[in-house]
Amino acid sequence: DIDDVGHKYYLELELEDVLDRGRSVSCTAEVLYHLGSTTSAPDVQVTVQGELRSTEEADKEFYNRIRSLEKELVAENIPDSHGNVPPELEPIHLLAWVASGYVIWQNSTENTKFHLAQVKHVKQVKRSDEDLQFDYVVLLHEMVSQEVLPWQVTVLWHPQRGARVSQ
Amino acid sequence: SFRVLIPDVQKLVDQSMPRERSNHRQVSGGYVYTKYHPMEEIYQWMTQIRKNNSELVTQHFLGKTFENRTMYYLQISQPSNKTKKIIWMDCGIHAREWISPAFCQWFVKEILQNYKTDPKISRFLQNLDLYVLPVLNIDGYIYSWEKDRLWRKNRSPYENGTCYGTDLNRNFNSSWGSVGVSFNCSSDVFCGPGPESEPETRAVAQFIKSKKSDILCYLTIHSYGQLILTPYGSTTEPPSNNEELMQVAKEAAAALTGKYGTSYRVGSTALILYSNSGSSRDWAHTIGIPLSYTFELRDTGTHGFVLPANQIQPTCEETM
Repeated sequence: DIDDVGHKYYLELELEDVLDRGRSVSCTAEVLYHLGSTTSAPDVQVTVQGELRSTEEADKEFYNRIRSLEKELVAENIPDSHGNVPPELEPIHLLAWVASGYVIWQNSTENTKFHLAQVKHVKQVKRSDEDLQFDYVVLLHEMVSQEVLPWQVTVLWHPQRGARVSQ
Repeated sequence: SFRVLIPDVQKLVDQSMPRERSNHRQVSGGYVYTKYHPMEEIYQWMTQIRKNNSELVTQHFLGKTFENRTMYYLQISQPSNKTKKIIWMDCGIHAREWISPAFCQWFVKEILQNYKTDPKISRFLQNLDLYVLPVLNIDGYIYSWEKDRLWRKNRSPYENGTCYGTDLNRNFNSSWGSVGVSFNCSSDVFCGPGPESEPETRAVAQFIKSKKSDILCYLTIHSYGQLILTPYGSTTEPPSNNEELMQVAKEAAAALTGKYGTSYRVGSTALILYSNSGSSRDWAHTIGIPLSYTFELRDTGTHGFVLPANQIQPTCEETM
């Protein structure tokens, strides 16, 4: 408890690589939820102790594959009703997860618990610069209210520049 | 130092091999338990199960849903001259939690396949009757197959048909409407206009009330979260037999973890999840059923409600 400011949490976390289970990295974080504020996102500071795996190969492959598509990529319901994700859509799914992480951060309070439930829709938008652009509609499940909320997120991605989100 | 990543590699290898179908065929004619099934197939499955195991299984009418579909439960009961206590289990109270009905079907299959050879199961059935309701919220389940995969509630209309569905797990008569609910129909935790307002709730409540002196344990299966929840959701005040409830739940969680390392947390809903009122588990306990639990099956949010079908088997095996 920090008087007149809010609640601060000190966390010790273990990050597990979804694509390389068994590889984990420790990190510490400080999260400050502002007092009374439902409009500002919590402040987050993270320190990663150790190295994250290089994904250069896979990034390049994905980037080239999407850039060489004749028609813009469009997909819906990832995963499908039975929990399946076609292998070629797996990177799209992972990118949606990243984007959802941002949205969740921006909308979290001490009384919410969000998870990405499903990607409802994704549409690639071709750009004149070097970024890839994906316009997503993601469905976020909030545990306390049990609501499933659709959210539009636009993600820009580039192998060296990484992911950037605009809502 | 080292960390065990996979507790039992042999298990994983066995799982990825095509399964011997012969056992399943005896029990239910080649039914695939590692896939999710739509309601018509579950109805057919119930008929098949009863036919193939008529010495043990009877199918009973429980009630009708809002859209007038029939709710059936299966009774697994070994003929005996002594009256037996009952364990009741319902699945699928929330439409989108597909792993739940999948588990009820798996559970029935496991019992029927192994009761002659597994000493634990055969001793079980000598002393207890099992009542299983594979899908409680049939209308909602069908809706989640046909229209909206993430639907939760039932399908009764409100506000002149502009708004649908009551959260059946907020509709029971246990501190109804007090906390963790909405009185707005458009909410996913709408508790209905009154306790037991929904035909599905009434069908279950009436039956359980009628048998309550014989029911030892009430189980209701949900997802997700990997939790074993004890009463209550509406208050942090512990129930009178809290020690017993917790002890049994902890042993269950330990046995579950022992299978594939999946960890489950145990505790009262109000303490480890959120406050809610009108839940079936709380109601069962308040009318006198001593052991009342909500199981929240896999996972913890990675897939959430849309759990891949290839996790049906490990989820069900560990939960058994």
